[in-house]
Amino acid sequence: MRLLFPIAIPLTTAVLGLFAWRWRAVQRGLGVAGAAALLITSFELLKSVWQQGPQATWVGNWPPPFGITLIADLLSAIMVALAAVIGFAVALYSLAHVDPAREAFGYYPLLHILLMGVCGAFLTGDLFNLYVWFEVMLMASFVLLALGGERAQLEGAIKYVTLNLMASTLFLTAVGLLYGTVGTLNMADVALKIRPLASSGITTSIAFLLLTAFGIKAAIFPLFFWLPASYHTPPVAVSAVFAGLLTKVGVYALLRVFTLIFIEQERTIPTVVLALSALTMLTGVLGAVVQSEFRRILSFNIVSHIGYMILGLGLFTTAGLAGSIFYIIHHIIVITNLFLVSGLVHAVQGSFDLGRLGGLYRTHPGLAVLFLIPALSLSGVPPLSGFFAKLLLVRAGLHAEQWSIVAIALGVSLLTLLSMMKIWAEVFWKPKESDPLTEGSVASRVPPMAERAAMRSRLGLWSSAGLAVLTAMIGLGADFVLAFAEAAAEQLRHPDLYISTMLQRGHP
Amino acid sequence: MKRRRLEHSSEVHLRNAPLPALEWERASVILGVAVRALLPLLLLFSIFLLLRGHHAPGGGFIGGLVAAAAVALYALAYGATAAQQLLRLSPRGLVAAGLATALASALVGPLTGAPFLTGRWMKVGRLELGTPLLFDVGVFLVVIGVTLWIVLTLAEE
Repeated sequence: MRLLFPIAIPLTTAVLGLFAWRWRAVQRGLGVAGAAALLITSFELLKSVWQQGPQATWVGNWPPPFGITLIADLLSAIMVALAAVIGFAVALYSLAHVDPAREAFGYYPLLHILLMGVCGAFLTGDLFNLYVWFEVMLMASFVLLALGGERAQLEGAIKYVTLNLMASTLFLTAVGLLYGTVGTLNMADVALKIRPLASSGITTSIAFLLLTAFGIKAAIFPLFFWLPASYHTPPVAVSAVFAGLLTKVGVYALLRVFTLIFIEQERTIPTVVLALSALTMLTGVLGAVVQSEFRRILSFNIVSHIGYMILGLGLFTTAGLAGSIFYIIHHIIVITNLFLVSGLVHAVQGSFDLGRLGGLYRTHPGLAVLFLIPALSLSGVPPLSGFFAKLLLVRAGLHAEQWSIVAIALGVSLLTLLSMMKIWAEVFWKPKESDPLTEGSVASRVPPMAERAAMRSRLGLWSSAGLAVLTAMIGLGADFVLAFAEAAAEQLRHPDLYISTMLQRGHP
Repeated sequence: MKRRRLEHSSEVHLRNAPLPALEWERASVILGVAVRALLPLLLLFSIFLLLRGHHAPGGGFIGGLVAAAAVALYALAYGATAAQQLLRLSPRGLVAAGLATALASALVGPLTGAPFLTGRWMKVGRLELGTPLLFDVGVFLVVIGVTLWIVLTLAEE
């Protein structure tokens, strides 16, 4: 029953939102209330999985492996809890920063459908069902991306949808091949039945098809181009929730499939993933360094940090996987927060362009602190969460004697710091240039904008501050979080528990 | 009771409106007359498909498509506004009602101590009614709602 809430609550919220289409106030209330309910239930789920081990429910009461199984091991439960945190923070932020026209066109129901898709993908134990949740996510995110119909938005949305549909097609092809090979799609059942076929060519082909499909979703090198092309176009609240959650679903799928099903390919897949991880880190951060638009810098940083998240998978040790999971926990919170801050900056000065921003440290010191905390955390400055996340991965890399990847990871975090300091210097430090061309219009536009910002941004500030506190807490209580990450990694490395939970019908 | 509540949320309040005049510039008389004859047939057929779907080809999805096609045909002959009035409910209301129905049928399982979406049956005389039928009705409504939402939006523009 607990497993059901992360799917049923967003769906209920969305349905109620459809009924309350004309009452914007009701929709806003529902949006936040639904997210709060999701937050509470998902942490209850995490607590019970932590205390009692993996749990499963068999949808429709079909015995496994025939029906769809929903299953939560520690990794799934952690991911669902993170999705709920981001959902709640963004729902609060949206109250202040999403315009009434978008709200009137069903912004909140769509946000909750998206959350349902994300939670469903984390909880399902069936590969075809995973595909369905990907599609639910894709549809909701496409509409959210295009909602408002601005020219840049539509351009971004087309690139986004085209490449993601290609990923879906590859995924579906792989699922079809897999079903043809082993005759089942229940992940645990597949894991058992594919073992004797592990060295056959078809298994390797399926593994690489899935690697490509999930790689596009997760935006790893060389398949990440849709991400920086689209994430800076929609309203900030939308980019923030995309940045926090969508690519991580791809990373989750990679972690799940390559620790559960294709473990016999212990040589090939992790080696490839390790190389991809290095290239993803490098290209992402180099892209970030040359950009001069706030959200594009952040978008390239997402790509770069996906590299860190799959680094642990490439090492394929318990310590490495724990590092990856810690990194995901850290990164989801930090990157969402940075996007939220970019929106707060935009609310004050009306631009995302570094050249046209400036002087915010003087006028809004609080905002500067709000930026600095996640920015330093992203680059790995102690005692914030990013430091421990990187430390774990580096240590795991040294243990596995992968010197080159360790060197790259360390170098990339310096470059990340560089890209963050570029934003800091341009947006917060540098005095705001008075632009003679737009001086008149800016002068006439600034007072109402600043006033509106002051009015609107309080909720936005609160949600951003909440995430900043969370980042600091993960850093200060790293032991506690690490215990979760290590236990989750342990479960990934020894999938027998997951398999037996899924296939043995206990009490529902 | 339920019907009254749904009507309340709909955009159009039209009880005994006369059939709208044919839009002469838009459609032919033949189409208009044919649609009047086809509309009830198609709607009946869609319900037949919906009910047949449990054991034989058919079901909520295909039934919903046929029903939506009937209304879309009406929109072709008499215009989108007239089709909207014929529908009474907004397509969005249909989607919401359908999703709510499907969700309710899925929640019967957990409320009676079985997993999500478990089929539950009851006998009314010789008739066996179950949650799969309720779920299919939900799908039926969602498909009509979504299809007409798209069709009517495009037709208005």
